Amino acid sequence: MASIAAPTSEQTIAAARSERRPGGLWLLLPGPLGWMVFFYLVPLVILLVHAFWSVDYLTIQRTFTLENFRTLLTNDLYLRVLGRTAAMAAVVTLADLCLAFPLAYFLAKRVTKHRELLLLLVIFPLWSSYLIRVFAWKTILGTNGILNSFLLTVGVIDQPATAFLYSKTAMFLTFSQVWLPFMILPLFTVLDRLPNSFIEAASDLGANPWRTFRSVILPLSLPGILAGSLSVFSLTLGDYITPTLLGGPGDQMIGRLVADNFGMSNNWPLGATLVVPILVLVSLFIAVANRFGALGRTAA
Amino acid sequence: MSSALPVSVDGRPRPARRGLLGRSGAGDRALALVSLLVFLFLYLPLVVVVVYSFSAAEIAVWPIEGWTLDWYRELSRDKEIHEALQLSVIIGVVSASIAVVLGTLAALAIDRYEFPGKAALRFAVVLPITLPGIVTGVAMLSFFSVLTWPMSRWTLIIGHTTFCIALVLNTVVARLGQLPRNISEASADLGAPPWRTFWRVTFPLIRPAILAGAVLAFTLSFDEVIVSFFLQGREPTLPLLIWGRLRIGLSPEINATATVIVLVSLAAVLVSNRLSKQATLGG
Repeated sequence: MASIAAPTSEQTIAAARSERRPGGLWLLLPGPLGWMVFFYLVPLVILLVHAFWSVDYLTIQRTFTLENFRTLLTNDLYLRVLGRTAAMAAVVTLADLCLAFPLAYFLAKRVTKHRELLLLLVIFPLWSSYLIRVFAWKTILGTNGILNSFLLTVGVIDQPATAFLYSKTAMFLTFSQVWLPFMILPLFTVLDRLPNSFIEAASDLGANPWRTFRSVILPLSLPGILAGSLSVFSLTLGDYITPTLLGGPGDQMIGRLVADNFGMSNNWPLGATLVVPILVLVSLFIAVANRFGALGRTAA
Repeated sequence: MSSALPVSVDGRPRPARRGLLGRSGAGDRALALVSLLVFLFLYLPLVVVVVYSFSAAEIAVWPIEGWTLDWYRELSRDKEIHEALQLSVIIGVVSASIAVVLGTLAALAIDRYEFPGKAALRFAVVLPITLPGIVTGVAMLSFFSVLTWPMSRWTLIIGHTTFCIALVLNTVVARLGQLPRNISEASADLGAPPWRTFWRVTFPLIRPAILAGAVLAFTLSFDEVIVSFFLQGREPTLPLLIWGRLRIGLSPEINATATVIVLVSLAAVLVSNRLSKQATLGG
């Protein structure tokens, strides 16, 4: 085995190496595997088990019941909140796609100088505190906030508008901004790998820009689109910070209901049940993304 | 750097002659303008926070009437914030350290070996950053409560480590994938036992990637609020303290705190970027 001159595939090498060091895997695997199973998969199972339990005077009754699911499916409130949350997540994902695509395309295909610096600038907000950016939107959109006082000073309005804060629009703006880098990054990665010659060939063959976009660029960037959309969709779906700080009384989202049930309302079984539709929606998205090879590229 | 040259070896920085918006310069200018606007949108909140941390007024209004460093002075005297900052740093360092060990081990296993359930393991490790944070948060809360473990800084560390492993795994796997395979083959052929091959050959080559992953893990832990909210003990981390104060009302001191946090994150991202660059150039 040691004399392999030109290994043909990664599998060959991996096979050769595992033959050489059969014990190695037993050193590497137990730590991370044990951690993920014990501290992540087991908690997920316990959470799901909670969904089949009930609460009696603030103590959890550990007997099987489908009552929570009945509540979820028959109570108008939960279904409406769920629908609203899914719609918000979908609209935010679409908006971020529209905002991120031109910027990612510009960075990948038009910028020649300071590319790395620009990419770093785009990624940076991803790592700057999410809470702080949400809070900043509150300062901007508040009744006595920057936008209102600016409009007052300029004379567009003569008294502070209350419409900006505590609304779906405020939540939409905030979500679109805070998750935007999660969309830009995977889009940049796929567009950067897309050979320029493909675009040139399409246009040499007479395709107009729209046709080139639709038939060449869009299909080839699908993995990036799906990877970015998965992040944005999933992050919006489970959020409770933005609805709390910027949403109005009628703008409840599912994440907030889950947080409340695990907090003040102290109904963990119901909270666990409300997680189930979140898991189902995200799992469906993961399945679609996986089919188109969008997973595993997010890391790049 | 290759980006200064019109054509690099891999040909990537060269701009497409004709593209999305056709042959005209006008199309390119429109694309540049849209990109600039999106970029400004991305930075608007950060700029607002930093600028208003120096504004003298109690509430953030336009135009800014006076400038002050008072909020930073208040911040420097705020013991609650100092304690929360200390806790955040401790939790970030401990979580990132555990995640570095576990993430690197997992990356080596995934890169080096074929084993049943490999894809499933990779998927499971990334799941905590793919699923909404609230799922991880309430799942761990239920878990700890069934085990009757009291919430403390340890439960926070366990939670943070769990989602940080994914970051380290991703960075290190990417680096291992770039390494020429025959290097460690050669070392083995020359008679080095596996541990020496790892210590003398593989580890030095992946060290920058490991450090980059560690810094990113620290940054994520340092800023995390959604999972932490469910796993906190009596003492809050810095983001949790800010979250608690935000729910009561806005204060300009939060702007000053936020500015400091933004600077810490910026430094971390710059360091991590420098390390990743070292990783790609050094091979």
